[in-house]
Formats: sequence, C-alpha cells, structure tokens
Amino acid sequence: MDFLNAIILLLNYIFVPALAYGSQLALGAIFVTLIYGILRFANFATGDMMSFGTMFTILFTWYFQSLGISLGVLPTALLAIPFAVIFMISYMLLVDKFVFKYYRTNKSPPVQLAMVSIGVMFVTQAVVRIIIGPSDRRFFDGEKFIIKAGEFKEITGLNEGLAIKSTQVITVIVTMVLVSTLFWFLNKTKTGKSMRAYSDNEDLALLSGIDPKKIVMITWIIAGILATIGGALYGLDKSFKPFTYFNNMLPIFAAAIVGGIGNPFGAFLGGYVIAFSEILLTYAYRKFFMYVLPESMEPDSLVQLLSTDYKFAVSFSILVIVLLYRPSGIFKGKVL
Amino acid sequence: MRKNLNVIAAYSIMMGLIILVGIFQSWNIALSIFNLCLISAVMTMGANIQWGYAGLINFGIMGYTALGGLAAVLISVDPVQEAWSAGGFDILTSLLIIVVMILTINFVLKRYEKSKFRTYSIAAIIVAGIVIIRITAEPGIEAIEAIDPAKTGFLGGLGLPIVFSWIVGALFAGGLAFVIGKVALGLRADYLAIATLLISEIVIAIIKHEDWLTRGVKNVIGLKRPAPYEVDLQTTDWFINLVEKFNSGKLALISDLADRQAALNQLIIEGSSIFVKLCYSGLFLVVVIILLILTQKALYSPWGRMMRAIRDNEEAANAMGKNVVKQHLLIFVLGSAIVGIAGAMLVTQDGLFTPGSYRPMRYTFLIWVMVIVGGSGNNFGAILGGFAVWFLWIEAAPIALFLINLTTSGLADTHFLKIHLVESVPYFRFLMMGIGLLLIMRYRPKGILPEKIEIK
Repeated sequence: MDFLNAIILLLNYIFVPALAYGSQLALGAIFVTLIYGILRFANFATGDMMSFGTMFTILFTWYFQSLGISLGVLPTALLAIPFAVIFMISYMLLVDKFVFKYYRTNKSPPVQLAMVSIGVMFVTQAVVRIIIGPSDRRFFDGEKFIIKAGEFKEITGLNEGLAIKSTQVITVIVTMVLVSTLFWFLNKTKTGKSMRAYSDNEDLALLSGIDPKKIVMITWIIAGILATIGGALYGLDKSFKPFTYFNNMLPIFAAAIVGGIGNPFGAFLGGYVIAFSEILLTYAYRKFFMYVLPESMEPDSLVQLLSTDYKFAVSFSILVIVLLYRPSGIFKGKVL
Repeated sequence: MRKNLNVIAAYSIMMGLIILVGIFQSWNIALSIFNLCLISAVMTMGANIQWGYAGLINFGIMGYTALGGLAAVLISVDPVQEAWSAGGFDILTSLLIIVVMILTINFVLKRYEKSKFRTYSIAAIIVAGIVIIRITAEPGIEAIEAIDPAKTGFLGGLGLPIVFSWIVGALFAGGLAFVIGKVALGLRADYLAIATLLISEIVIAIIKHEDWLTRGVKNVIGLKRPAPYEVDLQTTDWFINLVEKFNSGKLALISDLADRQAALNQLIIEGSSIFVKLCYSGLFLVVVIILLILTQKALYSPWGRMMRAIRDNEEAANAMGKNVVKQHLLIFVLGSAIVGIAGAMLVTQDGLFTPGSYRPMRYTFLIWVMVIVGGSGNNFGAILGGFAVWFLWIEAAPIALFLINLTTSGLADTHFLKIHLVESVPYFRFLMMGIGLLLIMRYRPKGILPEKIEIK
C-alpha cells in the first residue's frame, strides 16, 4: 500500500506536470529546430513569437466568449487557436518578407540573421505589450479537473491523491496529434521530403529542382502553427505573461540543442529531457522516502537535490554538459 | 581633421540633445541620462572589444554586470561580525572544499589521457563535492541568514571605499569569463551566443538565491558613496555660497528677504543633487577616457592587427603561427572585465544592489543594440552607440506620447483607443529599439560610425 502511495505521489507531482511542461517545450523546440535547420539561424524571437500567437488566441477567446460561444467542458481557446494560427502565420510571413528575406538572398552569415532576429524580438515584444499589456492573464474556461485529488482518494482508498488537470491532458493529446502529423508530413509527403533535403544540403536540393521559396513559406507556416499552439497550451496550463514567454525561450533553446539542433525528433524528445530533469532534480523527495523506507530510516531533511529557485539553472547546466561532451546533441543533429 | 568630421558631428549632435533635455526638462534629468550614457558606453566598449575586434558573440553581458555589482557590495558594505562568527567557519570550509575540488579535477585532467574513465571520475568528483559542500555549508548558511534578516542576514563585505570595487568587479567578471571561455569558446558563433546567454542566467539565479552572500532579492541598500551626500552639502557653507554666487542675478531680482531665502533654499536643494551627479559624471568620465585611450592604443598595436587578422580569417592567422584559442580567451576575459567595471559603476551610482532587476532585455540585448548601432570595431562608435541608444531608451516614452497625441488628435480624450495607447507608452521604447536595430542592420550594417583602419 505504501508502495502504491509512493508511486501515486511521484505521478502526481513529477510525472504528470513534467509530461505537460515537456510537451509545451517540445513544440517550441521543434519550432526552433525547424527554423535552424531550414532557414539556418538561431531565432531569438522564439519566445516572443509564441506570445504573439497566444495573444491572438486570447483575443479570439474573449471575442467568442462575448458572443456566448463555448465548447462546454473544453476551453473556448481551442476554438480560437485556428484563427490565431492564421494571424500568426501572416505575421511571420510578413516579417520574413520585410526582414529575413533580404539577408537570406544575400547569403549573410547566420550570426547576422541571429542579430536581426533580436530586432524582430524587440518589435514583437513591443507589439504584444502594446496590444494586450504586460500583465498576467488567465483565459482558461470549462472544466478544470479530470480527476480531483479528493475524488481519487475516495475511489482508490489511498492516502495520496492524483489530480489531473484537463489542460494537462489536452496539452499531451494535442502535442501527440500535432507532432505525429508533422513527422508524417516530413517523412512521407513529397514536400516534407524536399524540406528535409533542403535542410541537409541546400545546393543539391536546388539542383534537383526544389523551389526554395516554397520551402521557406511552408517552414514559416509550420512554425506559425507550432508557435501558436505551443504558446496557447502553455498559457492555458499556467497563465499568459509576455515576460514569462520571453524567458521560456531559454529552456526551449536548451531542449532544441540537447536533442540535436536541426533534428525535429531530437527536439521533441529534448523537450521532455529538459522538463523531467528540471522537475526531478528540484523535487523534495522526503514524503516519497517516508512511504518507501521503513520508519527507522526516514530522512529528516527535505531530500531535495536543488532548491526550486534553480529550476532554470538545471536545464542550462544540462545544456552546457551536452555542448561540452556531445556538441551535436543526444540525437545527432547538425555537427556544430 | 576632415576624416574625423563625422565623429565630431555625431558627438556634437549627441551632446546637443542632452543639453536640450537639460534646458527643456531639467538639468537633473539630463545629468542622470548623461551618467547612465557613460556607464552604457563602458559596457558597450567591453562588448565591442569582443565582437568588433575578435568577432566573438557574448550574450552574457548581464551576468558580468551583475558580478560587477556584487563586487561593489562585497567591497563597500561593512562586515557583519555576528554573521561571520555564526557561519563564517562553515562558509570558509566550503570554499576550501571547492578549491580542493578544482585542484583534484585539474590533477585528473593533467594526469590521465582523455577516456571514459576520466570523464566519469570527474563527474563523480563534482557530484561528491556538491553533496559535501551542501552538508557543510547548510548550517552555516542558515545561521547567517537568521541574523537580523530584515537588515543584514548576510556576511557583508570588507568595508572599503566603493571605488575599489571597480577594479574588483573587473577581476570577478574576468574570472567568470575565463571559466566560460575555457568551456564555451570552441563553439560556433550562434551556439556561443546561446551558451553565454544561458550561463549568465545561471549567474543571476545564484546571485538571486544565495542570500548569505548577496541578500538575494531582499536587495542591499544604502551603499557607501564616492561622492558627498546631498543632505551634507545643503548645510555646508562653501556650497551655499557657491549656489548663491551662481544665481546672484536671479536672486537679486527678488526683493523680499524671506522670499529670497526660500528661493535660495530651493536652489540649494536642486543644486546639491546636480552637484552630486556632476561628481559621478567626473568619475565616470575618467574611466571612459582611460578605457578609450587604452582600447585605441590596443587597436592600433601589433596585437590589434593580429586580432583583426584572426577575426577576418582564423585559418590564415593560425597558419601564420598565431595562437587563436589563447587570443580568443584573452579578449573574452578583457572585454568581460570591462563590462564588470561598468556593473560596479552602475551599482555605485544607484547606491543599491537589486539582483531582481538584472534582466536580459535591459542588460544584454540593449547593450548589443548599442554595439550594432554605434559601429562594431570602432571605439568611438561604441561610445556613441551607448549614448544614442540610452538616450533614445529614456526619451522614447515622451517621444511616443507626443506622436500618439499628434496622430490621435482627431479622437476624443475619452476614446478607448487613445486611452489604451497612452497607457502603453512605456512599451514603445521596445518598438523603437527594434525598428532602429532592423533599419541599421539593413541600411548601415557597419553602424553609425563604421570601423576605419588606417595603417600609420
């Protein structure tokens, strides 16, 4: 019984939150990796682009709510996402046309493009803050929990409760559907294959008649979908605040590089690696050991490896270690 | 003379703008802008040495700035005796353990060939070290943080004049840069950028949460000043006489004696804060000028030529027998040390250390905008970039407000769009920075004052 309690404890405080957080990071990381693999620069505007998409999701959610449209138990935001995606994609294509295209056709070094993306970051951040303001916003509606901790205790008779938020389930399901569609697209369709070819070797791809304009456009479209959905899911699960989104850029970068930048599958797994290690290393295991160990051996301290203040530091340390010992990432991306 | 014309013109415009602020807003504002411009100029020079001379991207500026600020605290604050007696021993033991750990790792690195065994043993040493440090330091840290947490709760500093911290800040930042450089300099440019950005976040996390050292988010306030205090000045005779002399014309116009005294008092209060700011400006100006002379000398020295050669063609420089790795590390350390000086100067000027205020937008990306806008590789450009961008950063809100009022003049004051826009005025500075950066990158990629190398 104690053993079951211990497992439920870990599920409740580590596995479920990490799975949801990891999915959100994974979407962002695939976004970074796609831009890096195909457009060949590190996009420092990642976090702010995600907050841009989320902003539109919120605006549409408010609009639908004012019209009285809702999805019942599901959050209205799900209905708003497709419309937000359209706005996001058009913003990205506009930015690409007026900003990035010039440097791409001039074959500027990646560093210059990264600098330009900082300019885009400033502008996007300003636009988001001017339109929706810098404050914390929650836009979740519908049923909050699928299983509440109390109900779970009653049903199973255990001491530990397992609470599963509906946003967590939605996050995981949407991520799985989205990512599997993306991999199907990249691996099975002709356009996807040409994208991968372009990412592997630009000159060879051009020689075999692949249209670079089309590739770039499709990349931005996929990026727009990923950025909006990733951002909206994060906002639903926690809350929307432009500054948090800017900061989320950092673990997202870590996830993309840990997974091997330029490799979408690596980025997907990298998101979970970062999320799980952040939560595993900062969780206080005292209660877990109280269940598992006999009473005489119970620990006095919290048995916490690092205080939660260092959550971000964990992912960055992992990144530094990976960069040192395996610069191409765990799953072999481009060799740096 | 002719070839320097654009430099002189650019600087005169900049000074003219600051003087205009002095005339139209107030001299107090103008001087505080000027002081922060000087500090930004120092930061920009540091980043410019790395990027302009050697082509190294360092997005960790925030971390070095914070370390410089930490140096100001550790140098100037008086030591907290009770804290030292409560937990000093544990902390010193932990420091000793860290030193032993580093020496052992160094020994292992030197003694054994690169192998899996070596990697794992180093990892084992680090993990064991961290566990031992946590066990030894924990009681000490708790004891230190328990001592009068509202006022101290940390070890304090050395109680020396704060100006020394400018040098110590440089040493701290240089030391950190040495470690980071050893780890990360082998990476490709944009990876170096990401790695340094993340490492600087780790530095901030440590400064924010190690309360025994820095008081963390409780902030350290009331640091010593290298300049006189306003309150003291207001009661000093020579200062009152000076203010009286300066404004004798204005004061003579007021006939009533009581009114004249009131006006004088007002002038003294204003004058004292201007005087203090002028003291800071003088100190900062000295630093900027010394750094400018040094960096200019370095730029035209054989060493500067070598750095440019390495930047422009690493392989060729390597083939000519230049040690690229060593030079990269050197310039990385030097540039970061300069940023560290700026960090200490900033805290000196503010008189307080607030770890929570170190954010990458303000301390990393804004500095990079300054470098790019000013002109990378050109020290005069770097300083100008610091001035121009900081000026715009501060004055963006008034400019935006003016533009909003101009464009929405057709709308009523209660119109929701106008109210919303006026409320979001502070964020227009980001917009201006972004658009400015994009325009400069597109149409003048070498900055306002481009790099110009003449062979003398």
